[in-house]
Amino acid sequence: MKVVVAMSGGVDSAVAAARIHEQGHEAIGVHLALSSNPQKYRSGARGCCTIEDSHDARRAADMIGIPFYIWDMAEEFHDGVVENFIDEYAAGRTPNPCLRCNEKIKFAAVLERAKTMGFDAVATGHYAQMRETEYGRTMHRAIDPGKDQSYVLAVLNKEQLDGALFPLGDTVKDDIRVEAKKRGLYVANKPDSHDICFIPSGNNAGWLRDRLGSESGPIVDEDGNKVGEHQGAYTYTIGQRRGLNLSVPTEGGTPRYVLKIEPKSNTVVVGAKEALAISHIEGEKAIWCGPVPEHGTIFRGFAQVRAHGTPLPCDYRTDGSSIHADLDEPLLGLAAGQGLVIYDGDRVVGSATVSATN
Amino acid sequence: MAIYLDHAATTPMHPAAIDSYSRQMAEIGNASSLHAQGRAVRKAVEESRELIARAAGCDASEIIFTASGTEANNLAIKGFYWSNPSKKTIVVSAIEHHAVLDPVEWLKEHDGAHVIYAPVDNVGVLDLVALEKIIAHHREDIALIAVMHSNNEVGTIQPIADVVKIAGDIPVHTDAVQSFGKIVFDFKSLGVTSATISAHKLGGPLGVAALILKRGLDITPLLHGGGQERDIRSSTVNAPGIVSFATAVDQSLAHMADNYSKLSSLQFQLREDILREVPEARINGWAQEILPTILNVTFPGTKNESLLVLLDMAGISASQGSACSAGVQRPSHVLLSMGLTEEAADSTVRFSLGHTSTMDDVDALSGVIADVVKKATK
Repeated sequence: MKVVVAMSGGVDSAVAAARIHEQGHEAIGVHLALSSNPQKYRSGARGCCTIEDSHDARRAADMIGIPFYIWDMAEEFHDGVVENFIDEYAAGRTPNPCLRCNEKIKFAAVLERAKTMGFDAVATGHYAQMRETEYGRTMHRAIDPGKDQSYVLAVLNKEQLDGALFPLGDTVKDDIRVEAKKRGLYVANKPDSHDICFIPSGNNAGWLRDRLGSESGPIVDEDGNKVGEHQGAYTYTIGQRRGLNLSVPTEGGTPRYVLKIEPKSNTVVVGAKEALAISHIEGEKAIWCGPVPEHGTIFRGFAQVRAHGTPLPCDYRTDGSSIHADLDEPLLGLAAGQGLVIYDGDRVVGSATVSATN
Repeated sequence: MAIYLDHAATTPMHPAAIDSYSRQMAEIGNASSLHAQGRAVRKAVEESRELIARAAGCDASEIIFTASGTEANNLAIKGFYWSNPSKKTIVVSAIEHHAVLDPVEWLKEHDGAHVIYAPVDNVGVLDLVALEKIIAHHREDIALIAVMHSNNEVGTIQPIADVVKIAGDIPVHTDAVQSFGKIVFDFKSLGVTSATISAHKLGGPLGVAALILKRGLDITPLLHGGGQERDIRSSTVNAPGIVSFATAVDQSLAHMADNYSKLSSLQFQLREDILREVPEARINGWAQEILPTILNVTFPGTKNESLLVLLDMAGISASQGSACSAGVQRPSHVLLSMGLTEEAADSTVRFSLGHTSTMDDVDALSGVIADVVKKATK
């Protein structure tokens, strides 16, 4: 096959490229420039958009022996990921930009361009597995539970996944580092990237404040009584307890948590921990990674709502475009905008964007 | 077989230049030393300087060797600006190489320079009427005018003699790295104050170039140290590089006429073939006077990132224009100045020929270009 390997400059995508090349595919390495000013989203060894990172990727490609290019995806990234991140927060939701990047950049803009150019697939260093099963070619969790990234890939539809290769899913991370070292790749010891790549400081609230302003507003309890002031509703997350600086304590001094963010009235609602508990999740804009489950039928499976969250046993059903999940055990705190991913064992069934909970 | 169509980035060394480079590397001695070995090296360097001077139409003492064309351009621009603190305006053509634009921008941001960009017409030739107006308006405050001798992306030759006339007593610097050794370049008759030439663009080694600076002029140095080159440039003299540079110049000049006619017909054929295979293609910078080495082509609807990957995979080396950016392709300022849209600039590739180019290279490109363009179309 002719394969484009997306190379961030990190150890995972370097080993992915080496494996693809070794498997006999005709591979090229492509580093995605996600900012028109390479230092704008500068994040040193942690991120994926610096000049140093692109040099690391280039050097890895040289050592593997594949051609290397840089593709400018700055505009697509800004419009599809960064703007979306800001808009979602402004609407009181909590988005996951990595999901959007996979959905709109790596397996959309890049895959599309690769296919036009005559390539068959895009490979990445994500930890997930593609397998042939009774349902066809389906996506499954990686064998390393600590690194499994099937959650952030669950936004890919069947067609996108058909053009995707994840060569690392069958290996644990520690072994990938050992393999990188054995292959002489000098990125072997490069630290993992964390945080959001376009907010290198890690200060999400400050970054958002710079872009959305900091209009103060009331923090109220469940009965609507004002208990404090906030400096911009979007800097809060459902379930958050710290940093609320409430002026009116509860009777008995029990802690309060963010229950709801209402962007229209610029209000943050807080309350007792118990009030966070939800057991029903509704998601919209469903995406199916394999066959579409029969409409209306109730299936057993697992729901996952965070990248490295626990899989929660549930019953789920769909009408095709939305997913309803009833959890066996209540879950504390879930923000609208998060990704709801449904698993059947370790197989990814599909995903949806959380729209309502109760 | 690899087809090299990126000679404007760098061109293969002449075998004789490789020989003289190796031979000189075997010689011990620092050209600044007084002893016998030092004198022998000094002699080799000075003979090389004289040869290059004859070829460039200048005095030997006017040649200041540097480590790169970029260094020579920086030296000229910052040197003239710093040595005349009462004048704050720098006039540059809008299509200069980054080795000129970036030092100018730096002076603007860090040292109070006022920068005026002289526009070009839609084929990439300096607009002399506009330049005349700019100079008439700012004459008393202009420290330097910089206009390249020929453009590295589209190959247009600039009307330097006219620039000099308009400039009067204002210093004029010209970046001649793409011209020297390929077309006639004569420092004295051109009348410029300074010029940049570079070895690796004409079949010499990397890491050696020169600023030609009129006798008697003193500009502020960038590097301070031993003052080896006329007290304007310090560093131990790169004798092997300079000797090899001279050999390459000698070779280039000996074959200049032959190469010119060979390259002109290859360039013409390349243009014909591309327009036949891809009728919607547009040639940029097809001006009255052009280098025989460069063909800049817009393939509407494509992305040059894709074009270059596909050409590379087909064994053909070309480039977007300037090879200097850190890998991220920005729309070319040269093409934008000529009035192309960002989209058109992003659909453009530069093919460049050199002394080793043959009709086989042209045929190879003609054979794949239609398919490549199809696959690179968004």
